[in-house]
Amino acid sequence: MPSIAENLFGCIGRKVIPIRRDIHDAAVIINSTFYWTFVSPFRGKPIRLRASISEMVKAGYNSVPIVAVISLFVGIILALQAAYQLKRVGALIYVANLVGVSITRELGPILTAIIVSGRSGSAFAAEIGSMKAAEEVDALITMGINPVRFLVVPKLIALMIMLPALTVFSDLIGIFGGFMLATTTLEIHPFNYFQQSVQALLVKDVLTGLVKACAFGIVITIVGAYEGFKVEGGAEEVGRRTTASVVASIFLVIVFDLFFTTLFYFFT
Amino acid sequence: MGLRTHYGDREILKSISVTIPRGKTTVILGGSGCGKSTFLKHIIGLLKPTSGSILIDGKDITGMKEAELNEVRKRMGVLFQGAALLNSMTLADNVALPIREHTGLNESTIQIMVRMKLDLVGLSGFEGFYPSQLSGGMKKRAGLARAMALDPEFLFFDEPSAGLDPVTAAGLDELILRLRNVFRMTIVVVTHELPSVFMIADYVIMLDAGEVIFSGSLDDLRASGNPRIQMFLERKPEQESYSPDDYFRIIAGE
Repeated sequence: MPSIAENLFGCIGRKVIPIRRDIHDAAVIINSTFYWTFVSPFRGKPIRLRASISEMVKAGYNSVPIVAVISLFVGIILALQAAYQLKRVGALIYVANLVGVSITRELGPILTAIIVSGRSGSAFAAEIGSMKAAEEVDALITMGINPVRFLVVPKLIALMIMLPALTVFSDLIGIFGGFMLATTTLEIHPFNYFQQSVQALLVKDVLTGLVKACAFGIVITIVGAYEGFKVEGGAEEVGRRTTASVVASIFLVIVFDLFFTTLFYFFT
Repeated sequence: MGLRTHYGDREILKSISVTIPRGKTTVILGGSGCGKSTFLKHIIGLLKPTSGSILIDGKDITGMKEAELNEVRKRMGVLFQGAALLNSMTLADNVALPIREHTGLNESTIQIMVRMKLDLVGLSGFEGFYPSQLSGGMKKRAGLARAMALDPEFLFFDEPSAGLDPVTAAGLDELILRLRNVFRMTIVVVTHELPSVFMIADYVIMLDAGEVIFSGSLDDLRASGNPRIQMFLERKPEQESYSPDDYFRIIAGE
């Protein structure tokens, strides 16, 4: 009979050893993705431009409507919630500051990232996963084509460009939502609201938001690719991995958000 | 001269040592789960053996770096079980993919090559179709056209007739024969379909439970006295007889 201590260590080991392998697999994907994106183009293996553009359309352009609607609503909600408190101190005009700063610094990037991880992160995992299940990834390897370069790099480029672009768009629409509510329900003069917003916003606020968005784009792509390449079996596992990729990418987006927000708080 | 492969200890493949002759059709035969697909994946460099080496033209591919291995892979064509065409691309783009990736040819030359390859497998006029619009047999043939895109020296087939009706499967076998006769390619076919084995094989390697139990010509195979081989050739089910006591022990879960 194994002792209690042996059981305990066995239990820990069974939990930890697979994690170590997961970390290794993730590291391999991260490493090769960055190699094929940032190093190999300078060694004569260009990025697949057409595929990148088609990914940009799929991940970026096609999410414009949903990002617009959600940002508009969040802008309105934010203005309402701010007004609820600010009305009591008679400082309704500060709704402009609150909406502007919180949308550009925080809500724009994170909302966009969550929408994109739901739309594109899952699609990446499903696409790569079903290709893995159908031996298409193996076929690429035997043709001497690196699957990371072929599949992941265009997606990474697409999200690194489109996520900041969508974020700018989301910022604008969100602020417009706040503006709409403030000028109608709260009866703030449009010019006053505009001037207050311009005064409140710093270039820094928008830029930190965009840096975050770019990082989120990397996180979403890597998580989708990682879960996709992890598929070993058939269709059932593709579904499971797709769900896992959405959960993991939203979680990691928030973790990175915390990290960057802390960083920017102390260093800008 | 040929390629020589051997393995060290592995759960699935136990110290296999065989030579595959050049310019001939070699069939790797064996029941389900005997390790023949794993064996193929090792030869094409998808899996790395725990120990042992795989020599192609005297060069060991197990220790190669990715770049060197890709040079070897350019000389290989592989047809996977499900054809493994990229579903997001048309047939023409699928066949053109290896040519575009590995050569600097201009687009019009590539288009001509694509049409030649598709014609070779009898799929002229299907350039603009997507894999999802094709039948199983057509997908296999398109996969073959892609495998041959770079005029490989070695062509590998993973269960070419799996999931096809007998007529289509025979058509594919005919195509394999023609490729060997016309292009003198070294062809390796993994299968368990006896009719196609007798039709295409020059050389047979039979695996059973991760071990080589036979290698030699077709006539030698028929003449072999090995009971496992005879069972396979005569399609006899595996005899599993146990005493009533054993049976009782099995159902009692002991």
